[in-house]
Amino acid sequence: MNVGIGARVKRKEDKRFITGKGKYTDDVRVENQAYAAFVRSPHAHAKVKGIDKSAALAMEGVIDVLDGGQLTGDGIGNIICGWAVTSKDGSPMNMGPWSALATDRVRYVGDAVAVVIAESQALARIAAEAVEVEYEVLPAVASAAKALAAGAPQVHDNAPGNLIFDWEIGDAAATDAALAGAAHVTEISLTNNRLSPNPMEPRSAVAIYDAAEEHYTLYTTSQNPHVARLVLSAFYNVAPEHKLRVIAPDVGGGFGSKIYIYPEEITCLWASMKTGHSVKWTGDRAEAFMTDAHGRDHVSTARIGFDANNRITGFKVDTIANFGAYMSLFSSAVPTYLYATLLSGQYDIANIHANVRAVYTNTVPVDAYRGAGRPEACYLVERIMETAARELGVDPAELRRINFIRAFPHQTPVIMNYDIGDFEANLDQAMAAADVAGFAARKAEAAGRGKLRGLGYSSYIEACGIAPSAAVGSLGAGVGLWESAEVRVNPVGTIEILTGSHSHGQGHETTFAQIVAERFGLPIENVAIVHGDTDKVQFGMGTYGSRSGAVGMSAIVKAMDKVEAKVKKIAAHVLEASEDDIVIEGGEVKVAGTDKAMGWHEVGLAAYTAHNLPPEMEPGLKESAFYDPANFTFPAGTYICEVEVDPETGTVEIVQFTASDDFGTIINPMIVEGQVHGGIAQGVGQALLEQVVYDDDAQLITGSFMDYAMPRADDLPSYNVNHASTICPNNPLGMKGCGEAGAIGSPPAVINAITDAIGNNNLAMPATPLAVWKAIQAAG
Amino acid sequence: MYPLKYHKPAALADAIAALGAGEEAKVLAGGQTLLATMKQHLAAPTDLVDIRGLSLSGISAAGGDVTVGATTTHAEVAASGEVHPAVAVLAAGIGDPLVRNMGTIGGSIANNDPAADYPAAVLGMGATVVTNTREIAADDYFGGLFTTALEEGEIITAVRFPNVERAGYAKFKQPASRFCLVGVFVAKTADGARVAVTGAGEDGVFRHEGLEAALSANWSPEAVEAVTVSPDGLMSDIHGDAEYRANLIKVMARRAVAVS
Ligand SMILES: Cc1cc2nc3c(=O)[nH]c(=O)nc-3n(C[C@H](O)[C@H](O)[C@H](O)COP(=O)(O)OP(=O)(O)OC[C@H]3O[C@@H](n4cnc5c(N)ncnc54)[C@H](O)[C@@H]3O)c2cc1C
Repeated sequence: MNVGIGARVKRKEDKRFITGKGKYTDDVRVENQAYAAFVRSPHAHAKVKGIDKSAALAMEGVIDVLDGGQLTGDGIGNIICGWAVTSKDGSPMNMGPWSALATDRVRYVGDAVAVVIAESQALARIAAEAVEVEYEVLPAVASAAKALAAGAPQVHDNAPGNLIFDWEIGDAAATDAALAGAAHVTEISLTNNRLSPNPMEPRSAVAIYDAAEEHYTLYTTSQNPHVARLVLSAFYNVAPEHKLRVIAPDVGGGFGSKIYIYPEEITCLWASMKTGHSVKWTGDRAEAFMTDAHGRDHVSTARIGFDANNRITGFKVDTIANFGAYMSLFSSAVPTYLYATLLSGQYDIANIHANVRAVYTNTVPVDAYRGAGRPEACYLVERIMETAARELGVDPAELRRINFIRAFPHQTPVIMNYDIGDFEANLDQAMAAADVAGFAARKAEAAGRGKLRGLGYSSYIEACGIAPSAAVGSLGAGVGLWESAEVRVNPVGTIEILTGSHSHGQGHETTFAQIVAERFGLPIENVAIVHGDTDKVQFGMGTYGSRSGAVGMSAIVKAMDKVEAKVKKIAAHVLEASEDDIVIEGGEVKVAGTDKAMGWHEVGLAAYTAHNLPPEMEPGLKESAFYDPANFTFPAGTYICEVEVDPETGTVEIVQFTASDDFGTIINPMIVEGQVHGGIAQGVGQALLEQVVYDDDAQLITGSFMDYAMPRADDLPSYNVNHASTICPNNPLGMKGCGEAGAIGSPPAVINAITDAIGNNNLAMPATPLAVWKAIQAAG
Repeated sequence: MYPLKYHKPAALADAIAALGAGEEAKVLAGGQTLLATMKQHLAAPTDLVDIRGLSLSGISAAGGDVTVGATTTHAEVAASGEVHPAVAVLAAGIGDPLVRNMGTIGGSIANNDPAADYPAAVLGMGATVVTNTREIAADDYFGGLFTTALEEGEIITAVRFPNVERAGYAKFKQPASRFCLVGVFVAKTADGARVAVTGAGEDGVFRHEGLEAALSANWSPEAVEAVTVSPDGLMSDIHGDAEYRANLIKVMARRAVAVS
């Protein structure tokens, strides 16, 4: 059976997942286990005047109650944002202090004030309710626009007017001039709704302190355990790196929310040392809504100008981004370098300018969520393109065609250098697959049934595998964005791949094994993927931003190159042939054109017995590599959504959703389709259902699934997923990445379809039945 | 959850006794509402009296009436050929399979969630709530939100549905919880039309006089068109304001009549 590139190999990991045998952090049971429960602020903004622990401490089975004063007293550092963004006036961003346990002030509902460590989880929670915190309630603000207004409550003393930074990109004067001279200008105001990530597995941590060795082990729900160790060590002073092991075992989804190091993990580590007990914490769904970093939450206005030939002349954007109460780990990069750099979309635009103001509010911190900045850019670009097409009376597909970038590489005015693509091929493929030609007849038929049928496009582009390290460093990143891998060929010829990527649903155990099995002609069962443990894997930057393929697998390829070179040397020596004549095929290492061959396992054995190696060669067969990409990769494509709206109730049914994606080389089409399906599901969720709502006092209204609408199977259509690929020139496998495209590309397609159906362009996400019905009423 | 004492009596009298003896004792039926509130620390009963061992389950027809035992699950009602098809359809639309296989009719109407389905059927059909001490007409049973005519320690044993000429139910689901944003149950009885609306009223389930009058005069979807449904007294929340709910009441009433 072919298991190589392009084969639909069933996921190796699914056996343990679907039989309930996955091993998640909460499954970890250790000796001397105690449990943590957090005392959380019920107020969005308050001074902490005092904490009375006596009633909780008096309960039998309560080990200790710890607070922020003790935590900072022990030298645990404040939580930081790892990407420095500079305001346009040259001033640094205004980062307010964030202690894992609040010391004097709480800034959002759910902010942790103290932690109870007890012998059972149930007891810890009951005792947490017995901790009495005296608050002086302060005025609070939830909306970023309101937080910027004069007289708004001040969230952090060092961020006057709640402004974290006021940043710009592009040429303002040139863009203004282009708009002033345009034959037509389209203007739009949009909100990109705030989302809660809701991975199936809640966050969890188990911290184990070994007093004899002064060593810590942390099991945690992380997308990037090495980054967690680095930050916990270098910034939070929990322990030096060689005294801290971080293990991220099976992780049940992340979507970005498990990139960051949260107060709970830090506190559990510290508390394990403090109490001498292993400390476990597993959040419940209410805590997930209240404390997992949210996504999106932008308010933007944009103006786009066209010349008389409907070619774009300039694009100007003003965005306010809600950062919540504290700056989360990558928060500053999301609405800047991951957002405004994609505002050129698939279009040849000479002049772009974007201004972004980052704002503190009394809400959960906001950070990267599937797509991270790119969905916000795509939504703006693709909504304004569709709107402009309507205003100009041009077919929306045609307006896109007129403006497509057609020559590569293409330098946009907003940093990005697109390496390759064929946008028209994706548009054509999607239009054919969606039978756009037959739409008018379908619309008429639907009208006969009392339904409003609409069609909307989204021609998205995004950037994956954020890189290269030197470039992101110059833009303020605190880390490099390479990846590392190690290929260990065992003496019997089986292979372990140690990767710095982390799988939390992506299927790495299968796709990574596929490229190794194909390269060396081995059964896929003979390849194991090892990840998620800082004691096993040398280093890694983890999995987010669709980087595991383009960056993580490239590192594996580099290490395999080294293994192959050594294998050939050994075989040439043993078989007394020239290295250049050695080929690796079907589990054998052969001299081309002869019947001289060694079994793959014989080479492994030869390397480890070292009885007959070339002179000077070191024994063993294990190679490692670090791979730092030369550029981002740029997945792109066109999505076409067709909806039917029930005008009586405002209910939207997606009757057809067609995707044509360019992901470069596809290793496993089944897994890629799964990623696209899941991504579109989240995009449709954003477009139709999902929305975090705070009231005017910054109390969280959508604190459970009773009010936060997650997409369910019957909200979603059967997807029509297609591929038209160009091969990425910048990495050895030609891959681009597919993990986020669905979530990035789909929301504007859905909203463009609904607004087309109802004849009112003024419709905000989520397009709930209520919102759509109101828009229909407003349209008259 | 807080520690508590669990009882599973085999006789109604023992259940009543256990309810009286516990400091803050509560009836446990399917647990689909109660256990969730306990897990969230919103309820902290000292004793739980599980009534699923009292033989209160089952559906029986006699003299035109259909009696549904209090611990009969939503799934059993949905599959029943004896209840009016509109009631079966309503039960089939509650929650998900797990909820339907655990949740009970007694638990639903004892709880009287303003967005629950069953109150619409019970009020719309003009059913009778049977308890260990008395029989309560639906019109006298439902109070405001989460409020009923039940006394402390009183146990619903059954709900008795009368025969009606026609009945229909249409539900518009709240997108997140999938409870009723608006549910309308219509019934054509010998005494005229009954129209019960759930999910929409600030005081929970209610009968709509205007719709009843129109449908009593002319049992047809078209008759609904002429009725004005006022947003006064209707709920507003993030999923629907009063005006939207008023619109939905009309649309659902029309659809309920159409399927009756
Ligand atoms: C995910 C989910 C989705 C749901 N969706 C819907 C929906 O779409 N529509 C809908 O209507 N409901 C829905 N429900 C609620 C469901 O119908 C519950 O079953 C019902 O509300 C309570 O019934 P129960 O048997 O589980 O009662 P329990 O939870 O056991 O009890 C509920 C309350 O009633 C009391 N009680 C129970 N039985 C009696 C009795 N015989 N006499 C006196 N008091 C009693 C209890 O003491 C308690 O106070 C949903 C629930 C869940 C968890």
